[in-house]
Amino acid sequence: MTKLVLETEGDTVVVVRRRFAAPPEAVYRAHLEPELIQQWMLGPEGWTMPECLNEARPGGAIRYAWSDGQGGGFHLTGEILELDPPHRIVHVERMHLPDPTPDNHVETTFAPDGDGTLMTMRMTLPDAATRKAMLETGMEYGMEASYARLDQTQTRADG
Amino acid sequence: MDTTLAALSDPTRRAILARLAEGEATVNELAAPFPISQPAISRHIKVLAAAGLIVQRVDGTKRPCRLAPGGLSDLDAYLDMLRNALRHNYDRLDRLLAASGEKKDEDP
Repeated sequence: MTKLVLETEGDTVVVVRRRFAAPPEAVYRAHLEPELIQQWMLGPEGWTMPECLNEARPGGAIRYAWSDGQGGGFHLTGEILELDPPHRIVHVERMHLPDPTPDNHVETTFAPDGDGTLMTMRMTLPDAATRKAMLETGMEYGMEASYARLDQTQTRADG
Repeated sequence: MDTTLAALSDPTRRAILARLAEGEATVNELAAPFPISQPAISRHIKVLAAAGLIVQRVDGTKRPCRLAPGGLSDLDAYLDMLRNALRHNYDRLDRLLAASGEKKDEDP
């Protein structure tokens, strides 16, 4: 089963959908509590998040810094706009690569789905220059290796 | 990339790209399957060319079109990166949530 659905909507929006076995309360918390965020919001294998600030209130600040463990990395700043626990988080964010990218508006919703959660994240696509900068930070390196590892994991899980 | 997405947002243009994936074609050949005028097809071709998705060459009075090498690579590379990073993130989140769920069950 493919768990992650990623679709473009019009020419500026990307919508991501993903089911979780855990209830909305738990998935919502994992998006706001730094000690939880630091354990999963890491991107490709090998990256860590040494710095994580999330003032989980409307108007609160967000600051995440990632490291590739080899001296490379980048950080993100943002602000929380709306919170409706445990259903909805609206925030803006920008990456510093090191120049700040245009603000990305992100709405994340958590809907009950049986015992679990259907999460929907709707975000603005970065422009071409921003995307190029993101690719150049090295986020794409190790992708092939990660794919291979993922394939192995899935084969084991399926088998 | 916004130009790319705008170019891809139209079903006729996606059909033109699908046809060109099979090989080079003239404007007349591209227009044949569609119930719209050749000038309308030419406008679609201009949009695709401006987005860097196709290239045209001059062959006498004809202007055959073909897919531009790497025309989709920017968009594909970004969406692939995003999909892959999120897939890893959410697999980790699954494990984290499962572990904290078990811990909670053990609490008295």
